[in-house]
Amino acid sequence: MAAEPAGGAALAVPDVEPRPVRARRSQRLPLFSLGVLGAFVVVALLAPLLGLSNPQEQSLRKRFRPPVWEERGTWEHPLGTDRLGRDMLSRIIWGARVSLAAGVVTVLLASAFGAAVGLVAGYYGGRVDIALMRFTDATMSFPVILLALILAVTVGPSFTNVVVAIAVILWARYARVIRAQVLTLMQLDFIAQSRIAGAGGWRIITRHLFPNTLNTLVVLVTLQIGYVIIVEASLSFLGAGIPPPTPAWGSMISEGREYVTSAWWASFFPGLAILLVVLAFNLIGDWLRDTLDPKLRQL
Amino acid sequence: MIRFVLARVLQSLVTLAILSVVVFILARATGDPLHLILPMSATPEDYAEARRYLGLDRPYVEQYFSFVGKAVRGDFGTSLRARKPVIELIRERLPNSLKLAVFAMGVSLAMAFPLGVMAAVKKGTGIDRAAQVIAVLGQSLPTFWLAIILVEFVSGRLQWLPAAGNDAGLVSYILPGFTLGWFVVAGMMRLLRSSMLEVLDSDYVKLARVKGVAERRVVWLHALKNALIPVITFAGIYFAILVTTAIVVETVFAWPGLGRLAYEGISSRDFPVIQAVVLTTAALVAAVSLCVDCLYAVIDPRIRHAR
Repeated sequence: MAAEPAGGAALAVPDVEPRPVRARRSQRLPLFSLGVLGAFVVVALLAPLLGLSNPQEQSLRKRFRPPVWEERGTWEHPLGTDRLGRDMLSRIIWGARVSLAAGVVTVLLASAFGAAVGLVAGYYGGRVDIALMRFTDATMSFPVILLALILAVTVGPSFTNVVVAIAVILWARYARVIRAQVLTLMQLDFIAQSRIAGAGGWRIITRHLFPNTLNTLVVLVTLQIGYVIIVEASLSFLGAGIPPPTPAWGSMISEGREYVTSAWWASFFPGLAILLVVLAFNLIGDWLRDTLDPKLRQL
Repeated sequence: MIRFVLARVLQSLVTLAILSVVVFILARATGDPLHLILPMSATPEDYAEARRYLGLDRPYVEQYFSFVGKAVRGDFGTSLRARKPVIELIRERLPNSLKLAVFAMGVSLAMAFPLGVMAAVKKGTGIDRAAQVIAVLGQSLPTFWLAIILVEFVSGRLQWLPAAGNDAGLVSYILPGFTLGWFVVAGMMRLLRSSMLEVLDSDYVKLARVKGVAERRVVWLHALKNALIPVITFAGIYFAILVTTAIVVETVFAWPGLGRLAYEGISSRDFPVIQAVVLTTAALVAAVSLCVDCLYAVIDPRIRHAR
């Protein structure tokens, strides 16, 4: 359509009209994902107001009640109860608070630090760049889960430790991607011009480079929240994440694992919750990438 | 070429050196190992004696260099729990982990190749969309949950495949390998799809078509060869992800590999084991990414001359 000569544009309108519509269709809003995520966020935020049963209240007489649609199931516990008679639905909703908070906080910390390193390395180049990138590579080759396990054993498992352990490794990814983008930006005229105009390093980084990396940053953040939620759940599953009795999806799966033959719901539903939330983040991230920055296919 | 390889080797060594410092500090920060070795009734004199005997009273810098010197020679000390040299444990477990990683890599390649190529060739059709769904699903499924469900249904209810361990030969690789492999399919498949799209649009592919080369040959031979280059560069990263994810998968499937060794080591505060596993894993990842980069330089001469 852009190639259409200006004079012929008015005449050609009826013919070319359907085209952009079709092009836009592949990038339509991911309504399903936004809906799923929105539902989880709203329910998680409002958890104390929903009149749910206490997620930590135990009742041995009510152990392993099945979900409502199975025989013996009741509306009192729509998704059944776990091995200590705690309400599954309520635990999953309270668990959403843990998972979402862990995902968002970790990624915000990691992206802030990583972006700063990437901006500085890309802008100053030379030895600063080499030193920072070696450090970044070393970080990247450190297995996240191992570090978190070590921290959990030494300092004890807690929400803060999980967030710190993951963020300490995760920033490297941002540093690499942002640096690569800054290197391309540095070739462009507007950076040279602002230098000539007398702008200092700080000003160029904050006013010119950073805003131009924001799209990439947003895409990467969305895609990584899902990954962090999986890592946090893996750690809780291994007993190195959020300590009980706080309901966390990973530890719920781990607790239900032994009884999977007789009470499948105890480990099935928390896993389904993880799948839905992570899938939603990934699909929204994909959509953002295609919309904001089609060149980022490799993220 | 030799200069490129040497520079790259030096780079990996620096990375490993930084990592060894981090591991050393972490291991020292994890509390006094003597509390675990000595009995409850030990007197302060016993502590001082043991500290001198184990060299824990020397300056940290000295301790670090003796630690690195020994580690290079494969001496990681004695496991506090198994009471045998850590290197023996590593030697026992490492091959199992490597075999599983290779199998999982094979699974992910076997899934990512046809999916990536078909998605590119049939861009925008149902096949393309289905390929994307399979890929995103693999990335979004928590591996340990998938593992539990597979064990319950495929091994438990259907009794088709063994649920744990690696005693049953090749069939015991299927479940853990599939669980581990699916996770990285998404990244690989996407990369292959986008580079395939680019290559299919290039002049030499058009020329091949004009010459009358069969479409199947054009896609799978002419185009795929060049579309693979970006995928190869990422192979090192995929391998690192695989190794990390393996800790969880090995734990669920009771797989006697490095990942489970690490988990056992950490739950019993077995520092020599943890140090050894972390350093071995890191060295492995570094070695693989070194090979990948060199391979890349061989395939694509532009890389060699760029540096």
